[in-house]
Amino acid sequence: MAEVSGRDAFVEFEHVQKSYDGISLVVKDLNLTMPKGEFLTMLGPSGSGKTTCLMMLAGFETATHGEIRLAGRPINQVPPHRRGIGMVFQNYALFPHMTVGENLAFPLEVRGIGKDEREVKIRRALDMVQMGGFVSRRPAQLSGGQQQRIALARALVFDPELVLMDEPLGALDKQLREHMQFEIKALHERLGVTVVYVTHDQGEALTMSDRVAVFNDGVIQQLDRPDELYERPKNSFVAQFIGENNKLSGTIEKLEGSRALVRLSTGEVIDATPVNVRETGQKTLVSIRPERVEFKPEMMPKDAHTIEAEVRELIYMGDILRARLKVAGSEDFVMKMRNTLNQTRLQPGQRIKVGWHPADARALDPV
Amino acid sequence: MADLTAAAPLTTADGRPLKEALARAQRRAKTRAFLLVAPLLLFVIVSFVIPIAQMLHRSVYHDGFSANAPAVSAWFAANPPGTPPDEAAFAALAEDFRAMKAAKTAGEAGTRVNYTLPESRSLFTKTARDADRLAPPYRDAFLAVDPKWADPEVWQAMRSSSSAYTSDFYLSATDFRHTADGGIERVEPRQRIYVYLYIKTFVLSGVITLLCLILAFPVAHLLATLPMAKANLLMILVLLPFWTSLLVRTTSWMVLLQGQGVVNETLLSLGLITDSGRLRLINNQTGTIIVMTHVLLPFMILPLYSVMRVIPPSYVRAARSLGASSWTAFRRVYLPLTLPGIGAGALLVFILAVGYYITPALVGGADGQLFSNMIQFHMSKSNWSLAAALSAMLLAGVLLLYWLYDRLIGIDNLKLG
Amino acid sequence: MKKILILTTALTGWAAAASAGDLTVMSWGGAYGAAQTEAHVKPFAAKTGIPTVMVDSDNPAAPIKAMVEANNVTVDVASVEYADAIRLCDEGLLEPIDASTLPPGSDGTPATEDFLPGAITDCGVSTDIWATVYAYDTTKFPADAAPKTAADFFDLEKFPGKRGLRKGAKAVLEFALLADGVAPADVYATLSTPEGVDRAFAKLDTIKKDVVWWEAGAQPPQLLADGEVVMSTAYNGRIFNAAVAEGKPFQIVWDGQIYENEMYVVPKGAPNKDQAMEFIRFATSTDGLRAQAQNISYGPARRSALKEELIFKDGKTVMGPHLPTAPENMKNALESSWEFWVDRDAELNERFNAWLAAN
Repeated sequence: MAEVSGRDAFVEFEHVQKSYDGISLVVKDLNLTMPKGEFLTMLGPSGSGKTTCLMMLAGFETATHGEIRLAGRPINQVPPHRRGIGMVFQNYALFPHMTVGENLAFPLEVRGIGKDEREVKIRRALDMVQMGGFVSRRPAQLSGGQQQRIALARALVFDPELVLMDEPLGALDKQLREHMQFEIKALHERLGVTVVYVTHDQGEALTMSDRVAVFNDGVIQQLDRPDELYERPKNSFVAQFIGENNKLSGTIEKLEGSRALVRLSTGEVIDATPVNVRETGQKTLVSIRPERVEFKPEMMPKDAHTIEAEVRELIYMGDILRARLKVAGSEDFVMKMRNTLNQTRLQPGQRIKVGWHPADARALDPV
Repeated sequence: MADLTAAAPLTTADGRPLKEALARAQRRAKTRAFLLVAPLLLFVIVSFVIPIAQMLHRSVYHDGFSANAPAVSAWFAANPPGTPPDEAAFAALAEDFRAMKAAKTAGEAGTRVNYTLPESRSLFTKTARDADRLAPPYRDAFLAVDPKWADPEVWQAMRSSSSAYTSDFYLSATDFRHTADGGIERVEPRQRIYVYLYIKTFVLSGVITLLCLILAFPVAHLLATLPMAKANLLMILVLLPFWTSLLVRTTSWMVLLQGQGVVNETLLSLGLITDSGRLRLINNQTGTIIVMTHVLLPFMILPLYSVMRVIPPSYVRAARSLGASSWTAFRRVYLPLTLPGIGAGALLVFILAVGYYITPALVGGADGQLFSNMIQFHMSKSNWSLAAALSAMLLAGVLLLYWLYDRLIGIDNLKLG
Repeated sequence: MKKILILTTALTGWAAAASAGDLTVMSWGGAYGAAQTEAHVKPFAAKTGIPTVMVDSDNPAAPIKAMVEANNVTVDVASVEYADAIRLCDEGLLEPIDASTLPPGSDGTPATEDFLPGAITDCGVSTDIWATVYAYDTTKFPADAAPKTAADFFDLEKFPGKRGLRKGAKAVLEFALLADGVAPADVYATLSTPEGVDRAFAKLDTIKKDVVWWEAGAQPPQLLADGEVVMSTAYNGRIFNAAVAEGKPFQIVWDGQIYENEMYVVPKGAPNKDQAMEFIRFATSTDGLRAQAQNISYGPARRSALKEELIFKDGKTVMGPHLPTAPENMKNALESSWEFWVDRDAELNERFNAWLAAN
């Protein structure tokens, strides 16, 4: 985990709590520190508190407790228009009664920037999103993707140091979304702007972010680099929320440094890496990524435990082959295989033995 | 293949032209649609188009004189304006009077002439009573009944009444009158009323519309932003005036606004006014404005509410995040987005205000009367033609405004709810 | 055109027409309408078995033209002002009434001789003689310094406070001239000249700022009771009812009263014409007129009705001194001239409206 020291902190949440009704907390003791230039994504299911955090940062909600700092300055009492934060909204929020040019001129006009300079900045911002020819169109005349680009350009035209994006790609179709993810990421790298991005799409979070904060129930479950998050989830919520994942529940049989033996409820014994288990006899949930499951003995470590499996179904997915297995009484154990020339083609009903590297099986807290 | 289809008109599989086949397929649906609309169309024609056409017709048509005095009307038609009445004219008039006496229609004819020249009605009824004694030489016989028969103004008035179609009522409605020599002139200043009231009505309606807008805007905004349950409750309060009978409302305004009313008593007890300085809030123009604003307020709130409800809060948030203060965000973003509602509400309130007469009649006193009260007045005095002419003027004014609105804001920008 | 008019009114007026069958009498509402209901409508229904209903209007003469022209008459008998009875009759909007069918007086005098002059016209029969008077709130002025003359109504210095006046030219212009010192006999002659009209308006100008204008007959007692005005012109019967029946501290000033006959008329094409005529014969009999005079202080127009003393329905108030026709009330009284008003009504009301609207 990349620690950020207080010195180069750009955005800071310190013990921030938020309640709407005075009864329950939507955000519970949030602590977060972001360096300048980072692309941080707040990821979580709806109602997890991620949007509330974004709104508090933007200034549309006030923190019930705690302090939010921007470039070292507390901003709890600063009204939204003085925060100098660019924001891209879920539905774009382009002003329908203004042309694209007027929409982009708006943040510059309210800052009292002269006409000539405005035009330069608007042209630059539009070129940046490849929308140079649309300056006199109205938002209603643009497609969703085009509106999205304009919204992006508007949030960037006044050169903010921090840009907030609230599920900006939610309304686009899959292909366009993936394309825009790439563009936003490229823009971020080119401009060096700090970005806080909110989404409930884990794929989006993993592709774009420097770090991802996984929210659930008002708490950051894990704040980490995408690869860490994927490969080393800290708890079963993160493991389940990020990527596909096989779960096997059992009891810790033996704990030995970075190695644990887990006896499954059906009696088999498997290897795992202990993450948040402390003693033998403890209940645990072992999480294994489908692509890390192996069935060829040569691919497994020498002393690895294997486990009986029966192929239930084989799905051809193009780049990969996906097998649904019956393992330890569970019918939905998934194994992914690369679709290579010499890949073994399993048949439904075939009985195999599966195993994995102990580092890929993580013994987590039981759900 | 592509060239082929482009050159020849498309046909269906059995060779019929595509257009014809389409029209045939849609005919049934079109007929059904028309039949569904037909009752409304009929209703609109019967209850709206015909009465308005009738009203417009009445404003230029009055056959009270021409139908009952055909002989002298024929004489007027045969002789150019300005011709002094000769013996033949008097003879024709005598013939008409005998007929009018028999049919008891002298009053009707006199009423028509009276509209153009006051005091001629009794001349007609009086002459009709003596019609049997009219004998040649007719001129002398008429002058013996009443010397006013020699007055050229009387003949001018009869001439302008002799045609059933007349612009006289529009002349009256614009404070003009005929002169004895056939020209027109404005009536003397103290008789002028309609043009003044016309302008005053539009100005007052504008003031009422503005007040409604100022009062309705925050209410509609609150309604649009409150949670549904609370908004519905508030909406009932807004609509309450609609469900209260006019008499109850009038009584409550009087209780509130009169000299010894609640408002004055409260101000008095707070020491804000003295007993001799009680505010005059009713039976004058102030009363008309207060009460009409109250009556028409829902018509402003409802369109505004329906527009505001669908403005996503993210627009204002976007403006704020882009650096606009709350006032700038309101002025540059929120307000323009509510324009369709403002336009619809303002047009609705203004048009209703222009035509309102009950409220001004009840609480308007002397100076709170509007143009429509004059229409109502002439209706009650049976001078339907003048009432129709005044109504037509009102209609024209409203249409002009509607046209202006369309030119300035665009009627497709109107959102009534 | 007429056919279309009939069609549209037939469509919009069906609800009102649905109740045809009942004999419908239209009057002015308030204490006056109540008096006619008690004295004429109820006894007539009881005697003949014809269901008879009373409906109110601010001025029953106003809707008659519309109803007759649309051929959709829903009213059988209307109680209208004298000038309106003449005008509507002249315009052929009323059914003629055969005076010879009216019942003789209680002493056997033929109707045409029993009625006071002018009380029977071609299309109407007088139901009473009423007056426009003015009344004041006795609590507002000490008894020894109370208004007594028409001129006092216009004296804002001696008698400060708001005035109520009927919104309309009729009776207001005459009252102004009477207050300005014109003798009753000269009022209409004066008002026939432009200078006379100017003089009347000039007199009205002196109190214009302090006038509350009323339209319905029920308003003046209300305005006085609410303290909105200290004195108001009014129909004398309304003030009588408020003062005698309801005990309000109102006092009538008879100086400068303007009286006229109120007429029962039958609109042309009334659905129950024969019963309407029967109603009029019943209501304008000696007993009918006396019955009304016992309910409201308007004088009967038959000599035979005045022979015996009239007692108000409370059983003790003698009506005589409260009637416009009482000799002591007639000292400075003016009979309203229908000839003048049928001729000048439109013109003077326009002038009046213009005067009202101007500030």
